[in-house]
Amino acid sequence: MATTDEIEARILTLLAQKVKADITVTGSTNIVADTGLDSVSVMDFVLELEDEFDVNIPLDRIAEVKTVADLAASVQDLSRSS
Amino acid sequence: MGIKDRIGAVETTYGRLRALGRDPSRLEFQNVWSPTEATLEGRAMMLFGTNNYLGLTFDPEVLDAGTAATRALGSGTTGSRIANGSYGGHKALESEIARFYAKRHCIVFSTGYVANIGMITALGGKDDVLLIDADSHASIYDGCKMAEAETIRFRHNSPEDLAKKLKRLEGHPGDKIIIVEGIYSMLGDTAPLAEFAAVKREAGDGVYLMVDEAHSLGVLGESGRGQCQAAHVEADCDFVVGTFSKSIGTIGGYCVSNLEGFDWIRSFCRPYMFTASMTPGTVSTARAAFKRMAERPELRARLWSNCAALYRGLSDLGFETGPEVSPVVAVKLPAPEIAVGLWNRLIDEGVYTNIAIPPATPNSLSLLRVSVSAAHTDAQIERAIAIFASVGAELGIIGPGAGANRGERFQVITGGVAATRGAQTRPAPQAQASAAATN
Repeated sequence: MATTDEIEARILTLLAQKVKADITVTGSTNIVADTGLDSVSVMDFVLELEDEFDVNIPLDRIAEVKTVADLAASVQDLSRSS
Repeated sequence: MGIKDRIGAVETTYGRLRALGRDPSRLEFQNVWSPTEATLEGRAMMLFGTNNYLGLTFDPEVLDAGTAATRALGSGTTGSRIANGSYGGHKALESEIARFYAKRHCIVFSTGYVANIGMITALGGKDDVLLIDADSHASIYDGCKMAEAETIRFRHNSPEDLAKKLKRLEGHPGDKIIIVEGIYSMLGDTAPLAEFAAVKREAGDGVYLMVDEAHSLGVLGESGRGQCQAAHVEADCDFVVGTFSKSIGTIGGYCVSNLEGFDWIRSFCRPYMFTASMTPGTVSTARAAFKRMAERPELRARLWSNCAALYRGLSDLGFETGPEVSPVVAVKLPAPEIAVGLWNRLIDEGVYTNIAIPPATPNSLSLLRVSVSAAHTDAQIERAIAIFASVGAELGIIGPGAGANRGERFQVITGGVAATRGAQTRPAPQAQASAAATN
């Protein structure tokens, strides 16, 4: 199974393709406040992550997530429990 | 973020819209005098932004039923059915809807929104999973938020994505409830229900399908039951939810089902238990409208010929429209400012539509939602298309010559109506208008 760091790196690569060129994304990037993505775009991004990591990510888990690092931790947790 | 910050954020957003013209959230009709005509800013307006698909809001029998019940039984019930009792009309409406759908049970709710949050919270218990289409209506999202179940979102109209998500849940002990809509309110597209039903069947026991037919009741299916009927999968649709606020022309909602023991849901469904029941007037209005809908199938035929005329008319002009002919014709626009500009200019010229911009729209689309009614006349549709042509060209959204041979093509669709007749707008009955405004 991928480590949290590996998951985070993969998320950052995918997220960088979603945001404007002048925005740099890191593990501490707040996914809603710092990326310019609206709430629906974030949910759509999660659809891509579900395919990427072959995991279901429930909406209440997304609501708890603030940063990219949080999201990576959630993905790893959900992969482990499924 | 406190309340003052939230108000500030909304003020900024709407302030930007207001700077471009009108604020869509604050429009006020001084009078509405037919399913398709109203007074706005003191001028007559053709309504292409309602959900009045069958045009029943002014049907004389519907109006008589509503007013007679109000006079006989009073203006409201002043309480919930659980605490304060049902009226005969509530029970009669439920049996009539159950009979209409050929289902065993029906529960009526005070609004369509409440029907969705009520059913979703009742179905989605602690260890269950709700699987919802990504483009679901806000009432579905809100129901999911309130429910104790987990919610998983699948790609819009994608049975494949749903199947993938159900596969990941194999061995999960709780119920899985799939939720889709018959017609989606923003783009007017229909759900591939036969495919969704197949995915549900494949997934086995404990998997249920709930279909929200809010925009498809009276619109789709041989007898107007909606997309479940049109796709011939009614037996697979375990819960059909709908509203009285669109084709039925009043307010309220319902769910029908064959689930054994369904009636007990009334005793643990909080959105059913803790809100006032439908008024005698709205109950009788809904009953009469269901009756009229069944008696007048020609309204559905008329609606669809109007849909085809408007959809083709706007597509032929060069507007980018939604994926299929539908009572909701979405006009996709490249940016929110362009959508706002077009929406404002259409109102200037007497055509009222709905504006939808992100994040209220799927895929960050900016669009005008143009809705069709069986009550629209050929003349109104032709006039609306002509106004779209001139305003669209003026704003550079379509080419200047886009509508050049439009009249000729349009005649084929509608059978032809003289443009001069179409240009005439019926004057607003002013006495009525001021009476309505002060009531």
